[in-house]
Amino acid sequence: MTEQLAILSSEDVVRVRQRVRTLAVEAGLSLVDQTKIVTAASELARNTLDYGGGGHVVAEQLAVPRRGVRLTFVDNGPGIRNIDEALRDGFTTGGGLGLGLGGAKRLSSEFSIDSAPGQGTRIMIARWK
Amino acid sequence: MDRIPILKLGSALLVTIQVDMHDQLATALEEDLTSRIVECNARGVLIDISALEIVDSFIGRMLDNIAAVSRILDADTVVVGMRPAVAITLVELGLSLNGVKTALNVDRGMELIRPQLIAGDDDGD
Repeated sequence: MTEQLAILSSEDVVRVRQRVRTLAVEAGLSLVDQTKIVTAASELARNTLDYGGGGHVVAEQLAVPRRGVRLTFVDNGPGIRNIDEALRDGFTTGGGLGLGLGGAKRLSSEFSIDSAPGQGTRIMIARWK
Repeated sequence: MDRIPILKLGSALLVTIQVDMHDQLATALEEDLTSRIVECNARGVLIDISALEIVDSFIGRMLDNIAAVSRILDADTVVVGMRPAVAITLVELGLSLNGVKTALNVDRGMELIRPQLIAGDDDGD
């Protein structure tokens, strides 16, 4: 099952959180794992909005090889020049704490990032049961 | 825009966050609380987050800011009722809320700020 949610306002960030929670519950994730993937989704949705200038998330509920939730955040913003630097805690080009990207990675079972200057950003996270 | 209600209880302010806050709502709460501390001569602030299903870095920073500003304005802030799954996730996220006093529930939170409240009464508040 795949669906796409727009991320164009901070209300959309709330809607993404709520939808991810529902998908995580349906996938049978534990309460702690639900909380982790919802928190990671909140960080990445905010990044999509604040740094990517808006975009969307593709949300998938997976059954094979394991049950879980996979989220892919996509924007056509300026992209990330140095991904290692962006993943480091405390690094920010905005006004945030610089915990969003590294934190989202720690909270996920799988994490991948595809970005380059001028090419937008695509970040995939997954949490397995 | 919606606002999170702030209740005055003696010389303390009580906030119960019961909705999934978007960022502007969280920022508005930070500003509202700061002005209410001054208006009400508050000595303590109790923030109940037992209804919150997540605390991400934005909400975490808001709680940190409220604690720091209220300290400067001579009020103590206690955050109460954090769910265990939220606490586990916060630590893994990398947020330790070092500047924020926390308590398991409202009763224990009130105990933490009571000395401040009594001192406030002695001042004739």
